[in-house]
Amino acid sequence: MNTEARAFDWAEAPAIATYNFAYLDEQSKRMIRRAILKGIAVPGYQVPFASREMPMPYGWGTGGVQVTASIIGPDDTLKVIDQGADDTTNAISIRKFFQRTTGVRTTTATTEASIIQTRHRIPETPLTAGQVLVYQVPIPEPLRFLEPRETETRTMHALEEYGVMHVKLYEDIARHGHIATTYAYPVMVQGRYVTDPSPTPKFDNPKMDQCPALQLFGAGREMRIYAIPPWTEVTSLDFEDHPFAVQAFDRPCALCGADDVFLDEVIMDDQGGRMFVCSDTDHCNGRQQAGHAGEQET
Amino acid sequence: MTTPVLSRATETADPMPGVLVLDDVTKSFTLHLRDGLTLPVVSGVGFAVRAGECVVLGGQSGAGKSSILKMVHGSYGVVEGRILVMHDGAQIDLATADPRIVLQVRRRTIGYVSQFLRAIPRVSALDVAAEPLIRAGVEPGTARDRTAGMFARLNLPERLWSLPPATFSGGEQQRVNIARGFLPDLPVLLLDEPTASLDQKNREVVVAMIAEKKQAGTALLGIFHDADVRDAVADRVIDVGRFAESPVAA
Amino acid sequence: MPAMQDMAAEQPLMSVRDLTHMYGNRTGCRDVGFDLYPGEVLAIVGESGSGKTTLLNCIAARLQRTSGTVAYQMRDGRMQDLHALSEAERRFLARTDWGFVHQNPADGLRMSVSAGANVGERLMAVGQRHYGRIRETATDWLGRVEIDHDRIDDRPGTFSGGMRQRLQIARNLVTGPRLVFMDEPTGGLDVSVQARLLDLLRGLVDDLGLSAVVVTHDLAVARLLSQRMMVMKNGRVIETGLTDRVLDDPQAPYTQLLVSSILQV
Repeated sequence: MNTEARAFDWAEAPAIATYNFAYLDEQSKRMIRRAILKGIAVPGYQVPFASREMPMPYGWGTGGVQVTASIIGPDDTLKVIDQGADDTTNAISIRKFFQRTTGVRTTTATTEASIIQTRHRIPETPLTAGQVLVYQVPIPEPLRFLEPRETETRTMHALEEYGVMHVKLYEDIARHGHIATTYAYPVMVQGRYVTDPSPTPKFDNPKMDQCPALQLFGAGREMRIYAIPPWTEVTSLDFEDHPFAVQAFDRPCALCGADDVFLDEVIMDDQGGRMFVCSDTDHCNGRQQAGHAGEQET
Repeated sequence: MTTPVLSRATETADPMPGVLVLDDVTKSFTLHLRDGLTLPVVSGVGFAVRAGECVVLGGQSGAGKSSILKMVHGSYGVVEGRILVMHDGAQIDLATADPRIVLQVRRRTIGYVSQFLRAIPRVSALDVAAEPLIRAGVEPGTARDRTAGMFARLNLPERLWSLPPATFSGGEQQRVNIARGFLPDLPVLLLDEPTASLDQKNREVVVAMIAEKKQAGTALLGIFHDADVRDAVADRVIDVGRFAESPVAA
Repeated sequence: MPAMQDMAAEQPLMSVRDLTHMYGNRTGCRDVGFDLYPGEVLAIVGESGSGKTTLLNCIAARLQRTSGTVAYQMRDGRMQDLHALSEAERRFLARTDWGFVHQNPADGLRMSVSAGANVGERLMAVGQRHYGRIRETATDWLGRVEIDHDRIDDRPGTFSGGMRQRLQIARNLVTGPRLVFMDEPTGGLDVSVQARLLDLLRGLVDDLGLSAVVVTHDLAVARLLSQRMMVMKNGRVIETGLTDRVLDDPQAPYTQLLVSSILQV
C-alpha cells in the first residue's frame, strides 16, 4: 500500500495524466487515513471525515472508493464486487476507475486480491490475514431507525444506550413471528459499539466475527468511516428465545451445487422459469472449474 | 415533650389531661379578595378529651364547631394556640406539626367522619370504606370482610357494596363514610354530624357504635344537631358560642 | 419521642434547596425548596407561566439549574446531587428509577413502534433479552393500565388520547421506578377520560408506593392525587402545605383567588 514502492509511469496513463495516483490528492488521503486509523483504534465507532466529491454520484460507493483510494498502492491487487458479482455495472465502473487512476492489477479471484471493495456481500471464500475488505455504506447509523436526531444517537453510542436496537428486533418478532431483518442486521463490535454491517445479508454476519482480514467501512454522503480490525469479536444482536440465525436455502446452487452459500434468484424467461445460483460469481466459477456441478448446467 | 402547662382558658385541670387537648386555640380567616377583611371564627378555645369520653361541641350554626373539628383534623390551619394529641406514645402539637406528621396522625391516631363523602370515581363503596384499614396494614381480604360486616350492621343494601358511592343517596353515602371512619381502631375519632341524614333505625346503630368506641377507650369529639343522639352519646357538651368573637376589619 | 425519631431517621427521596433557573434575565423559578419523602405525592399548582414546568424540568435533571441543589436518594441510600452526576448516571436514573409522564403522550412514546415495544423498551434498555418474558411483562402492564391485550401489536397512533396517556404511564412504570414526574398528566383529555386516568393513577401510586411530583393547573387533580401541594406564582413558591389545608383554608391572596375561581358544578 506504499505509493513510493514502485515508480509510477505517468506516460502509461495519458488520459488521466493530470490526476494524482488514485484520483485523490495526497492531503485528502492523509485526512482519510487518519480517520481510518482512528476507526481501527476504536472498533465500530463512526469517525466523521471530510468526504470529498468523487466523479460518481452518491449512492454509487463514494465512501468505499475514498477509503480504497486512500489505502491502495501500486503493488496492490484490487477486486471489486457488487452483490457478490464482479461483472455488474457498479463493480465494473469502480474497477475501471481504479485501473485508470492507479494502474494496479485487478482480479476477480478473492484469494488473489489484497483489497476487495464490496457492495452488499462478503465473499464466500474465507478472507485471510493481510487482506482488506472495503464496504460501501449508505447509512452508517444503526440507531437511526428509531432515533432520527444525530446528537441523540451520538450520546446513545457514547453511553451505550442500546435498548432501542432491541426494540427494532422486538417489532420484527411481534409482526412476523421471527426476526425478519435480513439485511443490515445490527452487530455489536468488541462488546462496545452497535454497528451497521452495511446492507449485507445477515448470512454474512458470522464472517465478520474473528475475521483475519481488516474490514473498513466508508459512507461518503454521510461522511463517516468505521472499522473492524482483524480478529475482532462481532456478535449479531438477538433475543435468548429468538437467537440469531442466518438464512437457510432449501436447495443448492444450480450451477456449482454448493449448499453453504448465499443464493440469488435468477429469472430465466417470462414463463416463470427461474433458478437459484451463487451470488458470489468468483466462488461459483471456482467450484465449477474444480468439477462441482449443480442440477442445471449452463 | 413534657405534659403541657394548660392556660387559663383550658377547662379541665385534670392530672390526666386527655388524649386530645386544645389550648387557647384561635381561628380566623383573612379574606384577601375582600381587601384583607378578617373574619374571626373562634378564639381562646380550650378543652380536653379523655380516653373513653365523648365530648360534643354545641352552639348555634356558624359558631365555629366544624372549624374546630377541621383544625384538629388538620384541614384548617390554626392561627394561635396549640392542639396537643398523644401520637405514638408522645405528645405533639398539631398546630405546628409538619404536614407529614399530620398525615401520619391521620393514619394512626385521629379518625374523621366528615359530613359529606368525597366520592372517588370508579372505586367501590367497599373499597372506599376499607381503604383506611388497608393503609393501616390490615390484610385486604380481612379489611373487606370487616367492612362488609359493618355495612350489614348499618343496613346498607348489599347490591350497593360493589358500586362507586357517587350516585348513592345522602344517607347511603353517609353510612359508607361512617364505616370508613369507624372501622380503624384509632385513639381519637372526630364526628362531623354523622347522623344528619340517617333514619331512626340507623341513628340507633350509630349511637351503639359510639358507645362501643367509648367502651374501647376511644376519645370522641363530635358535632350532633340531633338532640336525641347528642343526649345519648355526650359525656359533656361544650358550648362553642362562648369562644365566639365579633368581626373586625383588618 | 419514638414517632419524631422515626421521622428524623427517614430520609427524603428528594431534597431541593434554593433552586433557581433563569432564562437570561427572566426568572423561570426562584429559591424553591422542598423535601419529597418516599410514597409521597406532591402537587405543584399555578397558572401558565408560573414556573411550575421549569421547576419540574430542573428537578428531573432535564434542565440545568442556575443555582441551588437537587439531592436525590440513590438506591444505595446515599443522597446525591443530581447535577454532580455524570450524564450517563443521570440518564440511567431517568430510565430506571424515574418516570416522566408528558402532557402530550406523543412526546413520551415512540409512535412508530407497537404498544408492546413501547412498554418493553425500558426492559430492553436495562438488558432484558428474552422476548417472551418482555412480552409477558408488557401484556401485564397493558392490563394494569386498562388496555386490551389484543392491542399489544398496534401502534399508539391508532389509540385514543386517553389510551395513549395510559400507555405512556405503563411505559414509565415497567421498570418499577421510585419517583414519577408528571407534567399536566390529564391536560387535553375529555373530563370523563380524565376521571378514569386520575383514578388509575391514584390506584397505581397507592399500590406501588410511588413518589410523584405532579404539575397541574387543575386543583381537582391536585386534591385527588396529592397529599401535599405547592402553589407557584411568578417563579416562586407562595404557599405550601397539606393539600386539603391549602385548598380548604388557603392563606396567600393568590391561592385564595385560585381556589375561589373554581367553577362549582
